[in-house]
Amino acid sequence: MKSTNYMKLEFMSRSVNEGFARMAAAAFLMQLDPTLEELGDIKTAVSEAVTNAIVHAYPDGLGKIRLQGKIFEDHSVEFTVRDYGCGIADIAQARTPLFTTGGEERSGMGFTIMESFTDKLRVRSRPGKGTTVTFLRKIELREKK
Amino acid sequence: MRWDMPRGILKEENGSEECTMEIHSREQDRKLTIFLKGELDHHGAKQAMEQIGYAIDAALPRSVVLDFGEVDFMDSSGIAVVLKTQRRVGSSGGVVQIVNASQQVRKVFDAAGLSRIIAMK
Repeated sequence: MKSTNYMKLEFMSRSVNEGFARMAAAAFLMQLDPTLEELGDIKTAVSEAVTNAIVHAYPDGLGKIRLQGKIFEDHSVEFTVRDYGCGIADIAQARTPLFTTGGEERSGMGFTIMESFTDKLRVRSRPGKGTTVTFLRKIELREKK
Repeated sequence: MRWDMPRGILKEENGSEECTMEIHSREQDRKLTIFLKGELDHHGAKQAMEQIGYAIDAALPRSVVLDFGEVDFMDSSGIAVVLKTQRRVGSSGGVVQIVNASQQVRKVFDAAGLSRIIAMK
């Protein structure tokens, strides 16, 4: 599928950037004229993916997170959140509902929510190299009034 | 110009950043209502948990109402906040209720199955 637009940004793994990342994703999405519900779903999925990178990727310090967005000609949007941290040894276990290594501040529902708010979710990771989370979501085409 | 990650910054510095949540509470007849305002994400959750904990410890309530009326956004970090509140209140026999959640907040609760274990209005 051919992409018609893209964006790429990079930021430090500071928790204050969770809000920045989801607002940037929402601003990029606005060109597809999403409903409030679609906008909320994308912001939630981006927030979950970025938070995972902030909490888990760099346990001993701060690192780099890259957010990329792509719009396709079929009115779908793809976001990729990439970190260069410690990676995930067992992706299936990490995606299991309620599984977390983040303590009582985390619910272990991040991947479950990402799955339920998007059409397709892919997680790739290599221990010591980092993790890439990519999700795709179709945005309904609405008639212009 | 090339931008590189500054070296030697410890993760703990994250905690010094300003919180995105405002929390206040009102107690009457051992019913504690906690009003949350702002964006409840991982950045705001730790401080939210602490402030909710202080309010519960001070009031020793029989029931807690979490009013999400002014929460503009929430991700799964909010689920951890609610579950921790329930554990804290439940350990002394109290109950927790969620009110005024927006469509986005409600959808996160539903996706996590929280609406099956905590009353929502």
